[in-house]
Amino acid sequence: MNARLRGEGLHLAYGDLTVIDGLDVDVHDGLVTTIIGPNGCGKSTLLKALGRLLRPTGGQVLLDGRRIDRTPTRDVARVLGVLPQSPTAPEGLTVADLVMRGRHPHQTWFRQWSRDDEDQVADALRWTDMLAYADRPVDALSGGQRQRAWISMALAQGTDLLLLDEPTTFLDLAHQIDVLDLVRRLHAEMGRTVVMVLHDLSLAARYADRLIAMKDGRIVASGAPDEVLTPALLESVFGLRAMVVPDPATGTPLVIPLPRTATSVRA
Amino acid sequence: MTLTTDTPGRTVPKRLLGLLGLVLLAAFAVLLSFALGAQDLHPADVWRALVSPDGTDATAVVRELRAPRTVLGVIVGLALGVAGALIQGHTRNPIADPGLLGVSAGASFAVVLAIGVFSVEAFGGYIWFAFAGALIASVLVFGVGAGSRDGPTPVTLALAGMAVSALLSSFTSSMLVTSPETLNVFRFWIIGSLSGREIETAWQVAPFVAAGLLLAAVNAPALNALSLGEDVARGLGQSVVAARVAGVAAIMLLTGAATAACGPIGFVGLFVPHLARLLTGPDHRWLLPFSGLLGVTAVLLADVAGRLVARPAEIQTGIVLAVAGAPFFIWLVRRVRLVQL
Amino acid sequence: MTDQLILPGRRVVRAGPVSASVPLRPVLVTVLALAGALGVAVLAVGHGEFPIPPATVWEVLTGGGTRIERHILLNLRLPRVVCALLVGVALAIAGALTQTFARNPLASPDVLGITAGASAGAVAAIVLGGVAGSLGVPLAALVGAGISATLVYLLAWRRGLDGFRLVLIGLGIGEILRGFISWVLIRAELVDATRANIWITGSLAGRDWSHAEPLALALLVLVPLALAATIALRVLAFGAETARGLGVRLQRAQLFVVVIAAALAAVAVAAAGPIEFVAFVVPQIALRLCGGSRPPLLASAMLGALLVVGADLVAQIVVAPKELPVGLLTAMIGTPYLLWLLLRRSRKVSG
Repeated sequence: MNARLRGEGLHLAYGDLTVIDGLDVDVHDGLVTTIIGPNGCGKSTLLKALGRLLRPTGGQVLLDGRRIDRTPTRDVARVLGVLPQSPTAPEGLTVADLVMRGRHPHQTWFRQWSRDDEDQVADALRWTDMLAYADRPVDALSGGQRQRAWISMALAQGTDLLLLDEPTTFLDLAHQIDVLDLVRRLHAEMGRTVVMVLHDLSLAARYADRLIAMKDGRIVASGAPDEVLTPALLESVFGLRAMVVPDPATGTPLVIPLPRTATSVRA
Repeated sequence: MTLTTDTPGRTVPKRLLGLLGLVLLAAFAVLLSFALGAQDLHPADVWRALVSPDGTDATAVVRELRAPRTVLGVIVGLALGVAGALIQGHTRNPIADPGLLGVSAGASFAVVLAIGVFSVEAFGGYIWFAFAGALIASVLVFGVGAGSRDGPTPVTLALAGMAVSALLSSFTSSMLVTSPETLNVFRFWIIGSLSGREIETAWQVAPFVAAGLLLAAVNAPALNALSLGEDVARGLGQSVVAARVAGVAAIMLLTGAATAACGPIGFVGLFVPHLARLLTGPDHRWLLPFSGLLGVTAVLLADVAGRLVARPAEIQTGIVLAVAGAPFFIWLVRRVRLVQL
Repeated sequence: MTDQLILPGRRVVRAGPVSASVPLRPVLVTVLALAGALGVAVLAVGHGEFPIPPATVWEVLTGGGTRIERHILLNLRLPRVVCALLVGVALAIAGALTQTFARNPLASPDVLGITAGASAGAVAAIVLGGVAGSLGVPLAALVGAGISATLVYLLAWRRGLDGFRLVLIGLGIGEILRGFISWVLIRAELVDATRANIWITGSLAGRDWSHAEPLALALLVLVPLALAATIALRVLAFGAETARGLGVRLQRAQLFVVVIAAALAAVAVAAAGPIEFVAFVVPQIALRLCGGSRPPLLASAMLGALLVVGADLVAQIVVAPKELPVGLLTAMIGTPYLLWLLLRRSRKVSG
């Protein structure tokens, strides 16, 4: 399996606080990879490092064989898009304005709005079903629409690789499905490589080709969802007693948490 | 399909039209500045005095008295308007003004030194002192902002600016309270005024303003990316530090030059960007020119009004801007909800 | 009884019906600052042409000492030091309240129209005389502050009070008043301009019990109210919507906080002039010392007292036998310390 984006011997820290120490990871091309793990296990930190938002204190991130921190950041931005967790837009910014800003790495001071920019922005809006909302201010949208607008911006960036940090936070289930369907289509119809961090394990299993399970800054398991999501792994990574059954709708693993004590469920 | 941006009134053609309107408005203010004053002149006389000067009084008034302050008004208004939009963008703080980075306080302290220690008396002599003071102070502010652990974030920049300004103005005050003679000269400089300056003053600061405007123009797309948050900006391939350095340098050059030429004229840089944002929205590529042109109009109109209210005496531009600009700003704040950055 | 819930850095205190979880760091900072302020106050009372050692100060305060010592201490020096302490407390609390209310670290009582209003009143009294002059400088300052603050609230009130709108309108009013002050100053005789300039800088020179007593009375009422306001503030800091969700009666709470802050700033400024930057610097320093998300009130108050009383002592020492206005020293001492704190460990803070 080819991997254009890789991390080697990563040591990641915030100030004195080491989060990840000596981690290797490959992002397989053309797949949707989802990182799962309990809160504080370092999954968002890893995603930030892969997206060069966080400089590793040791080891390196390689993009197409070059060290990402030694590649001009604009060049990286044409290949790799990153969407941080719950980003905020300035008040009054419209959806179209926001999506247009995704073209930033392709624009020069003289060439602010090429034909290509226009097509990509229109495509991105259409893809995310946001065309009808193009002239609405982002802050006036519902949570689900807002997230689609941001994904639309990341799409307009036109990158082969896309890193999404918890794209479904604060969304209700229907909108979570909406966003994840979109991600799936990105992969299926446009062949993009996507890495995302998700909390819902069953959704992660349903929408990912490959799962990476993390605990305490280490990768505990990786592979196809039905190989990774086992009761034993759930117990050791999340401290969760659970049954894993095939999802009646899709056949992917479905996690059913078991009650911890007799009193924690209604009789 | 053609994708034209956004809300009504914000399409590219309409924005160009708006820009044209502001250019005309600024041009009108320039005309007023030439025509009105202790002695009112017909626009035709103004034109004649500019194109084919003769020995008449009108020529003397236009070329000797009104030309310098008009040119200065254009330069200073442009500088402060653009600098105000930049500082509010970079600090994401709607109550930031161009003096925030210590520029005004630094310039003031240097001028007090010039008066008190080096006994410089003419306004023209303060330019290089003020400019040097402004530059040193803002470099200091940026150094503190960049040296703090989070780097030059909006909050550290704003706080460092406030702190350095406070420190410098306490030095300034300590010179003033111990030396009434210094206060006697300084109280006229600190108000900020276009009057009593030579045309040379304008040409001396013009190159710095030009450089600042150029940097600002380069900074506009970066500022657009930054306004989505630093992480998103990095993801879009924007170097955050480079953008901040360019922005601060532009603010420093623009505000430093304006303050050196005319003393601290504060309020313009605060309220003009809000007005511009109402007209054109949060895209800095449009916001900066809109803000600059509005700045020119505001400064020149204030200067003209100052000449007219107390004829034949005049009221300083800085005072008129405060006393007339602030009520307008208050009216605006009450009428429309200004955008919080 | 053992505490079941262990909160890091906090100690739970329960005595009968009273219970609280006490954050340790702020308590430590507050106690140290209070001790520092009192210590410096004793030194300040002893300092002067006729030095009095701390032991004698203690004697006099407990009813002993010679007649001269009693006169110098109790009538001449103590009121000034008391003024310094109280002004520091009032400005710091006013600043902490404003910064929390506006959720903006750049906001200080300046934005409530207090400082500029008081300065305009005082400058008018000193330079123009007339009605303002007949009031006397402190009262003119108080009236000026009252008028401008009322104007700011009235203009900012529009189906409720919005922090952002209040700040912007306060800036606008302040700008008008500063224009007025500059205009008066360049028309004034140099003697008057100098006097006015010293007042604007903030000075404690020549303050006696007639200044200290009203200030003390005002604080006796206002400080407990400010502490009560913190309970509302704790929630306000999350923003209007969250606060409403948490059941705070928003408009009333906001008005309450703003009025208390304005009143505190006004009495302090009337007594000593707008001592520069205490209201801005101290809450930020307290925040960085104590940690947390908003400036702590009591710690700010004690640090404010320490800063002003210390600055006033230094102001009398550096150019002795002359003295500098205390407002200069507060900025010279307070801001380098804030800068150092910024450089040492900066945190994301929105006041």
